[in-house]
Amino acid sequence: MSGCCASPAFEAPQPPQPSGQLRTVVLIGPPNSGKSTLFNRLTGLRQKVANFPGVTVEQRMGQMAGVGREDLTLIDLPGIYSLDPYSEDARVSIDVLRGQMEGTPKPDAVLLVMDSLHLTRQLMLAAPVLAMGLPTLVLLNMSDLMEERGGSIDALKLARELGAPVAKISAVNGGGMGAIPLFLHQHTDRAAAQPLTLPILGNAASAHSWAAQVSRRTDYRAPLSVEGTRKIDNVLLHRIWGPLLFLVVVVGVFEVVFSIGQPLSDGFGGILADIGNLARPLLPAGWVQSLILDGAWKGISSVLVFLPQILLLFLFIGVLEDSGYLSRAALIADRGMRSIGLNGKAFIPLLSAYACAVPAIMATRTIENKRDRLATILVTPFMTCSARLPVYMLLIAAFVPNITYLHGFLGLQTVVMLSLYLAGFVAALATARLLKSSILKSSETPFILELPQYRMPTLRSLALRVVDRARVFLRNAGRVILAVTLVLWVLAHLPVMHTASGAYSTPELAESVIGRLGHFIEPAIAPLGFNWKIGIGLLSSVLAREVMVSTMGTLYGSDPGTEALNLQTALHHDLSLGGALALMIFFAFAMQCTSTIAVVRRETNSWKWPIAQFVYMLALAWVAAFAVNHLVMAFGG
Amino acid sequence: MSVLSQLNVGESGVLVDLDLPESVQNHLMHMGFVPDALVTTLRRAPAGDPTVYAIDGMEIALRRETAAAIHVRPAEASEAAFRKIEAAGQKTEDLQAEDPRIAASEDASGQFEAAR
Repeated sequence: MSGCCASPAFEAPQPPQPSGQLRTVVLIGPPNSGKSTLFNRLTGLRQKVANFPGVTVEQRMGQMAGVGREDLTLIDLPGIYSLDPYSEDARVSIDVLRGQMEGTPKPDAVLLVMDSLHLTRQLMLAAPVLAMGLPTLVLLNMSDLMEERGGSIDALKLARELGAPVAKISAVNGGGMGAIPLFLHQHTDRAAAQPLTLPILGNAASAHSWAAQVSRRTDYRAPLSVEGTRKIDNVLLHRIWGPLLFLVVVVGVFEVVFSIGQPLSDGFGGILADIGNLARPLLPAGWVQSLILDGAWKGISSVLVFLPQILLLFLFIGVLEDSGYLSRAALIADRGMRSIGLNGKAFIPLLSAYACAVPAIMATRTIENKRDRLATILVTPFMTCSARLPVYMLLIAAFVPNITYLHGFLGLQTVVMLSLYLAGFVAALATARLLKSSILKSSETPFILELPQYRMPTLRSLALRVVDRARVFLRNAGRVILAVTLVLWVLAHLPVMHTASGAYSTPELAESVIGRLGHFIEPAIAPLGFNWKIGIGLLSSVLAREVMVSTMGTLYGSDPGTEALNLQTALHHDLSLGGALALMIFFAFAMQCTSTIAVVRRETNSWKWPIAQFVYMLALAWVAAFAVNHLVMAFGG
Repeated sequence: MSVLSQLNVGESGVLVDLDLPESVQNHLMHMGFVPDALVTTLRRAPAGDPTVYAIDGMEIALRRETAAAIHVRPAEASEAAFRKIEAAGQKTEDLQAEDPRIAASEDASGQFEAAR
């Protein structure tokens, strides 16, 4: 699905206010200190915020609408521990901060965000940032939490120590935000900045002792660490319960997607069909009605039907990300990941890829070792993303009987679905192993992982994710799928022929332009159990996987033989059980997604890797589908 | 002197030095792994490795071979140092201004109290 990689909303800068030259403000701070939450509040933009270090992996820009300064551009950056880049995302921050990032304006002022629960360590970053001489406002985030837990700090003394204004804020509930417009108002002129002489900090040890001294002189008292997180981890990281709960959670998701999502989708599908039927008498009979209802509407609604289930999946991944569980998953997975030559951090993108591979591939920037990162990028598209769901669900509903085992707890349809997820996961791991023991072999980079405290996911942030995802999905349906289905419909009705009586008529589907194209590729896919119609679906799904479903909807809708049937029934005309299972496994492995290809091209900075990846995945998909089709045939399926 | 990976779960040590490649060492130090910091072994991952350490109020997971390159000494010494400074009372303020090591160890002892 495209759109998850959409560039941030960035309007043309408004004319500068008379007050000065201040144009660009940058947000910087250590990982997981709350920069993105603050960014969202200051701009009204909805950036993804989750509770694990390394959520923001590139710079993002927005207008500071939240504090009435829409003339100012705010840049949010990945968290850094120091000004020495350790990973790719940290390099982005440092380059932007120094004004060395191409295409990003040089910052005029800095908002330095620090987590006041761990101020001593966070202060280590303050010295090098302040030494850059830009007007800086130091924001002590989560200060409400700190005070609640018995911590304290003298902000005035800290301001004197640092030579910069300090404000206690809470980005989550908006406390203390008034300091920001005040600061921006005072520093409208860049020249007004007075760089302060801070001790030159040659190494980390001296930086730390400086930070410790400052925190002492400013009466910083660290809050008592809450026992809650450790108590939760006693269970979630338990030797036996930990991995077991992890499995239960994963299986549970798919049960939810099926048992709750399916009725929702069915109901939604009924509504969409009703809309089509209601519209039918309103349109003139003939080709216009056929184009709009049988072509476009049938195509779009066949994909829209899956919206409730996809949103449920995103909601669930959102809970995992926001709560802080992903870091624990990385910890649990490290041992296993190590055996394939990667480390636990590579597991986080793989897990996020259940929603969409595009943000997952960008999340690999937190992996320090370049070869590990490349290997992770190359295997991420194997993970079963939400765009495969419509295809799987359509085929499973059409071909797999609804039998349940264990007193209805586990359904055969769920088992097939889980097997497909497992197939993708195993293919990812096996490929990673192959890459890490051959072309991407490297010495091991130490695994250093910060485990954040658990946080309750806020309803607001979860709701925003779901709404955003729905928008992306609808936009996709509105643009890509609409365009594809319209083109398909036209190609299915060309060439227009003359009948003996002189009237115009449209060709049989098999004789149409698209039918001939399907027939052309049929020899390549016939061994997999696919005929030319499925071939057309495969061709169109290279754009995005879910297009397959709408393509089949449009094709059957424009064929008199099948137009009255629903999609599931119509598919039985073209697929045997073997072919259907082969088609599912083909989708599990093939890289049919232009957005993913584009993001791999961008992240690896070459066409070599995405092309190699596409060819490899296609070959694997073909071989696996061939094997499945022939196995099912051999066992009389 | 022992190494961090030798500490059992629940045990603490005071960091002496790190014997790791410079970039890794620098990164770890910015995460709080500095000399005189107090480290407590919190828990092992379900598979037995990596191990989660509490340092500077944060929880950081390291693999065994990384922890084996971090030298630590017993924590009691630091606690003693903390008591001595406490006893010195008023003088602490001036002392730590001159000697950053005291400030650092004091900071570590503070956490030690919290950890208990």
